[in-house]
Amino acid sequence: MTASQHTPWTGYQPSQAWDEAMDLHGSVREPYSRVYAEIDRMSGDDLFSRAEALASTYLAQGVTFDHAGEERPFPLDIVPRVVGADEWDIISPGVAQRVKTLEAFLTDVYGSQHCVNDGLVPRRLIATSQYFYRAAAGIDPANGVRIHVSGIDLVRDQHGIWRVLEDNVRVPSGVSYVLSNRRAMSQMFPDMFGAMGVRPVLEYSQRLRSALAKSAPEDVDDPTIVVLTPGVFNSAYYEHSLLARTMGVELVEGRDLETHNGRVYMRTTAGRQRVDVIYRRVDDDFLDPVAFRPDSALGAPGLIHAARQGNVTIANAVGNGVADDKLIYTYMPDLTRYYLGEEPILPNVDTWRLEEKEAREEVMDRLDELVVKPVDGAGGKGVTIGPKTSAEELAKVRAQILRDPRGWIAQPVVQLSTVPTLTEDGLEPRHVDLRPFAINDGDDVWVLPGGLTRVALARGQLIVNSSQGGGSKDTWVLGGVRQRGASTPPPESRIELAGLGAVPQGAHPDDATHDQQQQQQQQQGGGSC
Amino acid sequence: MLSRIAESLFWIGRYVERADNTARLLDVHLNVLLEDPWVDEPSANASLLTVMNCKYEMPVSRRDVLATLALDRNQSSSIAWTLGAARENARRAREVISTEVWESLNTTRNQLPRWASAARPHEYFVWVRERAAVVWGLHSATTSRDDAWHFMELGRSLERADMIARLLMTRHLEGTTGPNWTTLLRSCSAHEAYLRTVRSLVTEERAAEFLLIDKLFPRSIAYSLQKAEDTLGLIEGASRSRALSDRARLALGRARTNLEYRDVRDVLAELPAQMRDVQSACATASDLIRDRYFLPASTVLWSQEAL
Repeated sequence: MTASQHTPWTGYQPSQAWDEAMDLHGSVREPYSRVYAEIDRMSGDDLFSRAEALASTYLAQGVTFDHAGEERPFPLDIVPRVVGADEWDIISPGVAQRVKTLEAFLTDVYGSQHCVNDGLVPRRLIATSQYFYRAAAGIDPANGVRIHVSGIDLVRDQHGIWRVLEDNVRVPSGVSYVLSNRRAMSQMFPDMFGAMGVRPVLEYSQRLRSALAKSAPEDVDDPTIVVLTPGVFNSAYYEHSLLARTMGVELVEGRDLETHNGRVYMRTTAGRQRVDVIYRRVDDDFLDPVAFRPDSALGAPGLIHAARQGNVTIANAVGNGVADDKLIYTYMPDLTRYYLGEEPILPNVDTWRLEEKEAREEVMDRLDELVVKPVDGAGGKGVTIGPKTSAEELAKVRAQILRDPRGWIAQPVVQLSTVPTLTEDGLEPRHVDLRPFAINDGDDVWVLPGGLTRVALARGQLIVNSSQGGGSKDTWVLGGVRQRGASTPPPESRIELAGLGAVPQGAHPDDATHDQQQQQQQQQGGGSC
Repeated sequence: MLSRIAESLFWIGRYVERADNTARLLDVHLNVLLEDPWVDEPSANASLLTVMNCKYEMPVSRRDVLATLALDRNQSSSIAWTLGAARENARRAREVISTEVWESLNTTRNQLPRWASAARPHEYFVWVRERAAVVWGLHSATTSRDDAWHFMELGRSLERADMIARLLMTRHLEGTTGPNWTTLLRSCSAHEAYLRTVRSLVTEERAAEFLLIDKLFPRSIAYSLQKAEDTLGLIEGASRSRALSDRARLALGRARTNLEYRDVRDVLAELPAQMRDVQSACATASDLIRDRYFLPASTVLWSQEAL
């Protein structure tokens, strides 16, 4: 193949931000070499037809999300994102460290509040957090875990440095897309997949199940675990049912649960059955109409009471939102040093706390070049990107901040790294972030190799959330081969018993001879005519 | 098994079987319209819609019948709506049914828009029957024989008894002599089985007997009722409070024995009334099953003021 020939890569221009596949001189970075070569061998049409095949398998499997009342296949880009083993050796311990810090912080906040008394975090910050629930104060989790599942959003800045953008310790979603993306992509590129030694993601469900089982109330031997979903109309319903299915547990709605004498039961065809662990995908506010919103029909009355009695474990714990408040985020590096005595492995993105007077004044002058976010937002809602906003709207934002400085933070515009992505005009760089998922089982924090890569599908767009028209990529973490090589099975474990014989055939033994005779008969008959 | 899930499974069974049988019934009906030269089409159509408990306005054209019973996704009597409803129920019970069954129901629903026009109804009916067969085949090959299996089979056999009863009612449509017994046997895929079992030409009494009370053919009414009774017994197992489920079995058993122990000529003499009895037995059983398994024992009402 000559260089002059037209390939999908012809005309690919790496962006000014950090392009993960190519440096500015156009040479391919090492982790991507194999992906580059594979795509280089295809024609543009081949690439598009594979992308269509991906979408149609998703439609058949029902991997969809609701867009304006219509079910669309969840957009999965055909080009995988590759993370080298050496990078993963930074990310994985970095995320685990972050989760441990958050866990220690929550235990402290809902306990004796040392971090406040030692002057690290202002008391008013916690007291004014929308997600600090007094109702959760007295609920001691059975094995000390509050953040059973977390999603730590990472970005890569223009120098290629991984930074934490956001912590999600309430009900982080998206892991189902990691699992189904992997299944679809490994069918699409079987050769490349095996040869590159991509680390597997399938064990997630088993890990989650065992972490949930370990968090069960103390006297329960064989806990009954359920996944609590808001219902079939929730946009993440696909994820809830996939997790329940792959863990082999029941998927319940609030109306399936009832509480009696501080115990939680589900209604089955054989009567009531006791529930020990609830992996809930319902927000705190809706969980229990007794403790929170009285009009909620999504939860079950009495859940919080049962949890306080220690009769049921709610995962993730209620009140975790105080830790992923974006103002607390700014204290995370200090908290890591305070609780763990370690230097943070993954740095934050620089952030101004707008409730501090000097910071506010500085930000107000530079509003047109900064990103402003609400402290309790999720899904990219309410985010203002200064350089892309009109003066009129900026004035509105300014007024909003002055009205409620506690509610906002400001950050410099981070040029998120880019990865080649298939668009209508062929391959082009698009901005991505990464959400690795971590499971804490009380003994250890396990980070799922890879995670959800979200990609902004419009050119130059920096907001990647799927509710804002973002797509996803399968994330391949390299380095799986070395592990496999280390655990070559010993020779004695080889299969020595061969099969019993050839596969039995059901044909009548005489058929063969009859067949010949019948054919001869026909030939004779034909001849006599 | 969760009550809510059991209910979804029950209804998947009913909906898929209903789509299958509606396709068979419509196929017969269109055939009759073609073959009967003295047919009064509007009244035959109207009387078919009555059999299926649908509202209509006179005169009823062939197109109206196809829209109401086959194609219109907004009418709950149509095959298209039924298949969509089966898929919605499957989505609710996604973690209990196997991936293969889910994908077959999902693909069926996704392909429905292709059949939006009534250009070739017969092909549409063949497709519907094939899709139903795919669902049942995968269900049978991938489901453990636990409650998940039983509830779907229960819905399926109740629906089948009900639909065969409706199909036999079309013998007495107004405005036409109705389908002959060979056509009816064919539409139940029973013609070959009948010939092998009875070993004689199709006569009214023997054919009716075969579709009503044959103990071995899976599309006879008595077979389906018996199957529903047996399934109820399996679901109940060793549990104690059996009053309601026994009443369901009672209703089904009475309908079945009524057919089995009555002279077939008597049944034929008042076929529409007899078939209506079968349908009402199925409806009674369905209500009792709902009360016993799907509704909570007591509904807990919550009011904030009471604290």
